[in-house]
Amino acid sequence: MSTSTGAQAPHATGPDAGFDDAPMFEASGGDWADIAAEAADLGEERIVVNMGPQHPSTHGVLRLMLEIDGETVREARCGIGYLHTGIEKNMEFRTWTQGVTFCTRMDYLAPLFQETGFCLATEKLLGITDDVPERASIIRVLVMELNRVSSHLVCLGTGGNEMGATTIMTLGFTAREEILRLLEAITGLRMNHAYVRPGGVVQDTPVGLADQVRSVLPKLRSYLVQLGDLMLANPIFKARLVGTGHLSLTGCMALGMTGPVLRSAGLPYDVRKTAPYCGYETYDFDVPTSSDADCYGRAVVRIEECYQSLRIVEQCLERLDATDGQPVMVADRKIALPSQLAIGTDGQGNSLEHIREIMGYSMEALIHHFKLVTEGFRVPAGQAWQTVEAPRGELGVHVVSDGGTRPYRAHFRDPSFNNLQAVAAVCEGGQVADVVVAVASLDPVLGGVDR
Amino acid sequence: MTENAPHTDDVSGPRAGLPVSGGEGPGPLEVVEVRHGLFGAHGTGDTSGYGGLVRPVAMPGPAARPYGGWFDDVVDLLGEVLAESGSSLGAAVEKVVVDPPGPHAELTLHVRREHLVAVCQALRDEQDLRFELSLGVSGVHYPHEAGRELHAVYHLTSVTHGRSLRLEVSAPDADPHVPSTVGVYPANDWHERETWDFFGLVFDGHPALARIEMPDDWPGHPQRKDYPLGGIPVEYKGATVPPADQRRSYS
Repeated sequence: MSTSTGAQAPHATGPDAGFDDAPMFEASGGDWADIAAEAADLGEERIVVNMGPQHPSTHGVLRLMLEIDGETVREARCGIGYLHTGIEKNMEFRTWTQGVTFCTRMDYLAPLFQETGFCLATEKLLGITDDVPERASIIRVLVMELNRVSSHLVCLGTGGNEMGATTIMTLGFTAREEILRLLEAITGLRMNHAYVRPGGVVQDTPVGLADQVRSVLPKLRSYLVQLGDLMLANPIFKARLVGTGHLSLTGCMALGMTGPVLRSAGLPYDVRKTAPYCGYETYDFDVPTSSDADCYGRAVVRIEECYQSLRIVEQCLERLDATDGQPVMVADRKIALPSQLAIGTDGQGNSLEHIREIMGYSMEALIHHFKLVTEGFRVPAGQAWQTVEAPRGELGVHVVSDGGTRPYRAHFRDPSFNNLQAVAAVCEGGQVADVVVAVASLDPVLGGVDR
Repeated sequence: MTENAPHTDDVSGPRAGLPVSGGEGPGPLEVVEVRHGLFGAHGTGDTSGYGGLVRPVAMPGPAARPYGGWFDDVVDLLGEVLAESGSSLGAAVEKVVVDPPGPHAELTLHVRREHLVAVCQALRDEQDLRFELSLGVSGVHYPHEAGRELHAVYHLTSVTHGRSLRLEVSAPDADPHVPSTVGVYPANDWHERETWDFFGLVFDGHPALARIEMPDDWPGHPQRKDYPLGGIPVEYKGATVPPADQRRSYS
């Protein structure tokens, strides 16, 4: 830790012209009291503070550059890109089916939304949107709604933790654990599922899933009630959240906000209602809104959305019972893998009947399977755009095909990437302590922001 | 080559046998790729007999009227609004593409870059159009399309009318400039920065066109097709797996 004037820090790329005289403090391995004393010696009221990228309240690696005057934030800017992994570029070098494995890792709290969005866009290009079996769409809706609840629980839980309310965090994560167990039962993995595939889903739900989900739903409801009891009437919670991070409907529309942030400003815009996909138009659910346009309103909207999602889950379970045994993948064998995996007695997923067929009887079936796995299927040239309502807002997927077996370009309009643009609008003029609350109410997930 | 609308038979799915792109409409096709041979084998490795095969790949061609649904209304109204401001639909919009065929078709307006801001303004402000929500900008690099290598694609949604359409502008690699739409859609701020960062498209008039995902001193624009993916060969039990961008491509 030192006060350096003009000296170049080892990690810097070069001094900016015109800032050579600005004093700089580095808080690495030092004591805050020393830094504060040095800053006080300078007699400057306005200082620039770097919050993050390793700050625990920034949901990953978000860097906030705050120009503060005493306790008041005068300017707030975001630095992102610390988690950029080039997923979009990587997808250009894999087949359309393998792309799912990559895009699921973008927003790691809502993996199933990226998968579904990408698959719906691919299906649009293939021209098979209406051929996707009903049961596959039901399963997609089921896993997405469960995923939405788990994502909101993390948002509410970490939001509470950042204000020092550890109980809210433990409660949120305990409830999320119940959902992750369900998702593990359905997909085999807790996160990064790669479960939704172009044409359907990779395998049918396991036997007894509906009962398993039904037994968990009361528990989830009770956790949500507890969360609501802990948060919504809590005077400390309200003192921190009410009126904080205000963003009016005009601001939301200008900045392209979607999801709970937009709905907290009063506009009931939800892609599931305005441009339904996966048969959402046939489900009965409401779009909760608030007119507070502040952090408290966003928390209320998120809790209400969890209840609505559980409503949809219940309807999905009924439909799953009614469609038992129906296919979960398009019938077109040029797209669907010929094998249907099932978990054997050894606990491994396998398809013994199919192996017997291709190894013992049909070399053509073996060649077909081999080509489908190694080459993949061809997608007609063109471009498609598909949006889905992710927990954080409208997730857009833009895919371009050149008629080959790989995406020519896959672009994801991640809602958190767009929503982070509002940081300046919701933080400037407020207190430093409110920055944490305001950013938490936007619920950014940096894996999705940086992709 | 452009007059040969590609009829590839190897397109799978319900559109098998159809032209890879709409070749019926007027105007030249947008050939984005010309493929040689089959099976991704090039040079001496190709014993398939298909080594001499040449297949151009074209994007969907311009659509002919009627476009269907509300597409005609929106295009007509846009033309009227542009005419009021002294421009015209023909001057601003190069071509209208409706694709993919069928009930899930999407409307794409290919806009000449000098008219982009005027078109955005008209689409946002005219009350019967009212595309008030911009869902961002996506860049695409078509190195094969000489003079139109870099494309910026804008996704606009009308919350009022429940519609969405796509604007597409192109710029040559030698002059990678597109006017910024931040004045009309402030939400495009970061999206344009991202497209500059990844594709090197300069958005003229953007308030602070800095890199956003890559470090400020990064050389090159990573999502361009001429930028390598990178990676190292992985050896396992004596066999070597090459990095993803050096493996055989079946496209």
